[in-house]
Amino acid sequence: MELPEDLKYTKEHEWVRVDGDVCEIGVTDFAQSELGDIVFVELPEVGATLTADETFGVAESVKTVSDLYSPVSGEVTGINDELMDSPELVNKSPYDDGWMIQVEMSDQSELGNLMSAGEYKKLIGKG
Amino acid sequence: MPVSSIKTPLFKTHQTLGAKMVDFAGWKMPIRYGSIIDEHKTVRKSCGVFDVSHMGEISIKGDNARAFLDRLTPGDVETLTEGDVRYSTLLNHDGGIIDDMLIYAISGTRFLLCVNAANTTKDLKWITENSGDFPDVVISDLSIEYGMIALQGPNSENALKSLVAAPLSRLEYYTFIPVYINDNYVLLSRTGYTGEDGFEIFCNSRNTVEIWDKIVTRGKSFGLRPVGLAARDTLRLEMCYPLHGSDIDETTTPLEAGLGWMLKLDKNVDFIGKEALVKQKEKGVTRRLVALKMESRGVPRAGFSILNEGEEVGTITSGTLSPTMNTGIALAYLNSDLTKPGTRLQVRIRDTEADVKVVKGPFVSSRIKKKIINNEVEKQIVRGE
Repeated sequence: MELPEDLKYTKEHEWVRVDGDVCEIGVTDFAQSELGDIVFVELPEVGATLTADETFGVAESVKTVSDLYSPVSGEVTGINDELMDSPELVNKSPYDDGWMIQVEMSDQSELGNLMSAGEYKKLIGKG
Repeated sequence: MPVSSIKTPLFKTHQTLGAKMVDFAGWKMPIRYGSIIDEHKTVRKSCGVFDVSHMGEISIKGDNARAFLDRLTPGDVETLTEGDVRYSTLLNHDGGIIDDMLIYAISGTRFLLCVNAANTTKDLKWITENSGDFPDVVISDLSIEYGMIALQGPNSENALKSLVAAPLSRLEYYTFIPVYINDNYVLLSRTGYTGEDGFEIFCNSRNTVEIWDKIVTRGKSFGLRPVGLAARDTLRLEMCYPLHGSDIDETTTPLEAGLGWMLKLDKNVDFIGKEALVKQKEKGVTRRLVALKMESRGVPRAGFSILNEGEEVGTITSGTLSPTMNTGIALAYLNSDLTKPGTRLQVRIRDTEADVKVVKGPFVSSRIKKKIINNEVEKQIVRGE
């Protein structure tokens, strides 16, 4: 189970990669493994406004439909178009090629609510 | 309700294989071992082995067993001879489907019903309650005594043939033979729930692990791997095989579900549900179970509404992404005037509407082994008589 130290994590199994006031968001290795083959990802439009802890999209596996929760508030500045044709990238490369959205944060203090790799590891019972 | 789920004889095997286990119909079952899509494709390309020990087995025995089944089920029971398997149903008096099942003719006076795990108790009660006119018939639940393994896919015969001393190439679709696998007596039938060639093996629950291990070891060179219930569901849905509890239940009739082919409405016996079905056939059904294929991205799911120009015209009973076609597929009951293949409709997926088209099922061509033997002499050769 891969858990990069430089990312922040949510209890809903998203990860956040922060770069200044912009961040990239995806789902964790644990999440993709629990979901199984991802067959469809529904993402917001570029320009959409997100609120922390509210849903920003949906990831569907063969058997399940899971909401995706935004870890931060802000405006969507990019989405991973590759996932439209290749949703399996979320399984193959959850932290890199399987990234989902890029957000320009409106309140960076929200990052303080997120977990470190170590804390997340405990949450999923692997610590 | 049972406090804890029953474990099949293969429970430890599944754990060792790293399966994700789920509670299903009162049993702890493997939903998947790894990727559902890979498991699905394995069955279409080579061969998959399934633990289906949760299936219920009900024995009906006695001089009047055949006459009893003739009353109890809506299909042809008269022509069932030893070694035949037949798809049938238990119907209520309204023609609603209490369960669907396979009937195995062990002999002229002994039949084995293979029923859905979730319905075994209910079926047993119904069968017993309706046996009043046939006091000599003995009804017994053998579900715990039997283990059951399915071997499905184009390589199934090759994977199995060195393990049994019977000419498998002559065993035709919907027939079975008693054989030995590794000194273990089993019933081997050419049946399945995937649309591929394959076999189902009824064995003593004590020998299930030994037989499974033998098949897995021998099958490796034929690309065989274990396949879980999730892929079993996507495989059957690509074939438009209805699943009881999802696509058919006590409120739907065989005529509505596209199962009219298994009815024998003109048989002399007044089987349970006959009157209702004859009436429904005369009047014509008002809704039918149809196959729907997505025309765009998105996965149709059970419970989603089907719309025709904004008006709700039906509900999806089963839906998934088809691993073979990489397209969303579904079954739904629609008003009879909308069931023509080519009809364009919409499905409501969350807050959007996506286009779907009515298609003629199955979604994927079946590759079951067609009938090759028709005479009794050859059947006897296969049975080794």
